[in-house]
Amino acid sequence: MARHFLIAAAGMLAAAPAAFAQGTIKIAVVGPMAFVQGENHWAGAEMARDEINKAGGISVGGKKRNIELVRVDSNEIQSVPDATNAMERAITREKADFVIGGFRSEAVLAMQEVAMDNKKIFLGCGAADAKLGANVEKNYERYKYWFRVSPLNSPDLGRTLFAVLGSIAGQVRADMKKETPKVAILAEKVIWTEAIVKAAHDNLPKMKMEVVGLWQPSPTATDVTAELAAIDRAGADMVFTALSGPVGIVVARQMAERKMHAVAFGINVEAQKDGFWEATAGKGNYVATLDTYGEVEMTPLMIPFVRAFKERFHKSPTYNAATYDAINLLKTVIEKAGTTDANKLVPVLEQTQSVGTGGQLEFTKSHDPVWGIGKTTGIAVQWQNGRKVPFWPPQVKGMQKFGFPGQT
Amino acid sequence: MLQDILVTGLVNGSTYALLAIGFSLIFGVARIVNVAHTAFYMVAAYCLYTLLVQGGLGVPLSGALAVVSVTLLSVICYRLVIEPVRQHEAAVLIATIALALIFQETVLRIFGGSYLGVPSAIDGVAHLFGIAVPKQRLLILIVAGAMLAGTWVLLYRTRFGLAVRATANDLEVANLMGMNVNRVAMATVGISVALAAVAGVSVAPVFVVDPFMWLAPLVTVLSTVVIGGLGSIHGSVIGAMIIGYVEAITVFALPQGAFLKGAVALSMMVIVLLVRPEGLFGVAFEEER
Repeated sequence: MARHFLIAAAGMLAAAPAAFAQGTIKIAVVGPMAFVQGENHWAGAEMARDEINKAGGISVGGKKRNIELVRVDSNEIQSVPDATNAMERAITREKADFVIGGFRSEAVLAMQEVAMDNKKIFLGCGAADAKLGANVEKNYERYKYWFRVSPLNSPDLGRTLFAVLGSIAGQVRADMKKETPKVAILAEKVIWTEAIVKAAHDNLPKMKMEVVGLWQPSPTATDVTAELAAIDRAGADMVFTALSGPVGIVVARQMAERKMHAVAFGINVEAQKDGFWEATAGKGNYVATLDTYGEVEMTPLMIPFVRAFKERFHKSPTYNAATYDAINLLKTVIEKAGTTDANKLVPVLEQTQSVGTGGQLEFTKSHDPVWGIGKTTGIAVQWQNGRKVPFWPPQVKGMQKFGFPGQT
Repeated sequence: MLQDILVTGLVNGSTYALLAIGFSLIFGVARIVNVAHTAFYMVAAYCLYTLLVQGGLGVPLSGALAVVSVTLLSVICYRLVIEPVRQHEAAVLIATIALALIFQETVLRIFGGSYLGVPSAIDGVAHLFGIAVPKQRLLILIVAGAMLAGTWVLLYRTRFGLAVRATANDLEVANLMGMNVNRVAMATVGISVALAAVAGVSVAPVFVVDPFMWLAPLVTVLSTVVIGGLGSIHGSVIGAMIIGYVEAITVFALPQGAFLKGAVALSMMVIVLLVRPEGLFGVAFEEER
């Protein structure tokens, strides 16, 4: 009798995790977990999970189900094959219902293929390459499970960049009495910068700015003295940056060391991080970049989210923490559709408009966020004396003034 | 533009030379291709970061402690990892690759993948031929020169240097003459890694400190020593200057192809290998020995 009881108990224990797993919604958070990008992916996801589970979970057809996160280290910064293996593992072994995250465009393109092969909804929270969305338009049936939550795709990032650059150029014209400011383009040589570089060449002359040259260092370059010397010699007033790698720190630091009068603005992913000031040994003053989060009222959720994030993790969120929005978006659409079936959720995702922490989330035909003031544009920030100061869009409450080197 | 190329090439070339001297020395003397050479340089940069930024010990003390610690680490690694397989060149190569990866992963676990910065030893900019050059970079130039001179004096003006050159010339004869060749090899490893550590400590304030910072210099160092002639100290310095100038010319003449500067440097290496497989100073070094 005792033997039968033991066998039954063992059977129940063995079955328990499976039964528990059936009661949860498994979301794989895929990112380079040893790096800031992955840390933010995970932190944003944890915040969303805890809030949702504390409130009772996600209602699926009337039944409440908790969120279970699976931490998947893609190691994508170092290896694209590692990233695809991680995605494969998340879907086939961990049996994730949904996948969120990703950072490096080259890796996310490869991971997108794996997710689409398995018909899994993949909400991107890191890669900007337009091809990810273009795939959806080109072959909807295969790629419809892909949606980009953050950041904007590269052409739309370009639109924000030019809007901000126009406003900085206005200040250059007024302060420096230069009718046609000279702009040097400094973009790392990777695929996400290609559209931005092309757009810069096309648009800057139309915006009455003179392009003095294009310099394309490697994203991992440790030295850009030659590039900066050439930019200095070209007499640039502004350095338009498109940098996601550590070269962003090198550029900032070496510009300060050379005491360049030009001001750097563009995308500098490293400058979005709290650690930028220390990484540049305090030489990152006046470096400006597009960003996603700040203590400004881009949406009603941004300030509470940023403060809660800082309180919990003792650092500011980067755009990868939009995994928070991705999970909340999933909650909204699952509750609306009453199912976790990917095929039924896709049309709901396409029609849903929701308020996120970084912007109003609404998707285009290519499943990219709709760009526009009042929708999603991102913000622009500038480092001023060790603080990241938001300065664009100027009409948003909490924005401050853009500064130039040499000003006090 | 010419002044820009002259100054930028000189400063960057001196940084490469600082790394290449040690790499070449250890190969020339002990026939060890130490792939972990630039990993020691990375560890030295992290030691400096820990002691200077986190420990607040000041630049001279932090720098000295970093160099000494990494040198001791290299001697331990030599005894435990390299010496047991030293007779097998392929095994040494694999063992040093493993060492480098162990260092990388250890640093990644301890410090994470964030990019770190180290303050400059001297701030400000000096003007050379009308070109603004950060003083920290000039310091690297001076350190590289001093290290080169010091290495030359050590090898050619001391009894230890004589033992090192004798061991390099013929290991068996040196052994029969009563020299402790293992100890000479170990000391050479220590000196070579000390040079890498000095390079790490010198360049940390101008580069970004991260666990993968050893990979790009490794490629540059390999091309440098191959161009100069594997094992030739002064060949390495000249190779480093060639790479420095080729990179500077690439960036100034072809701004849109700045990312190609590494590829152009490697192409130079291939050309030198095709024209002169032993490198520019390979034969000269044989004669020196």
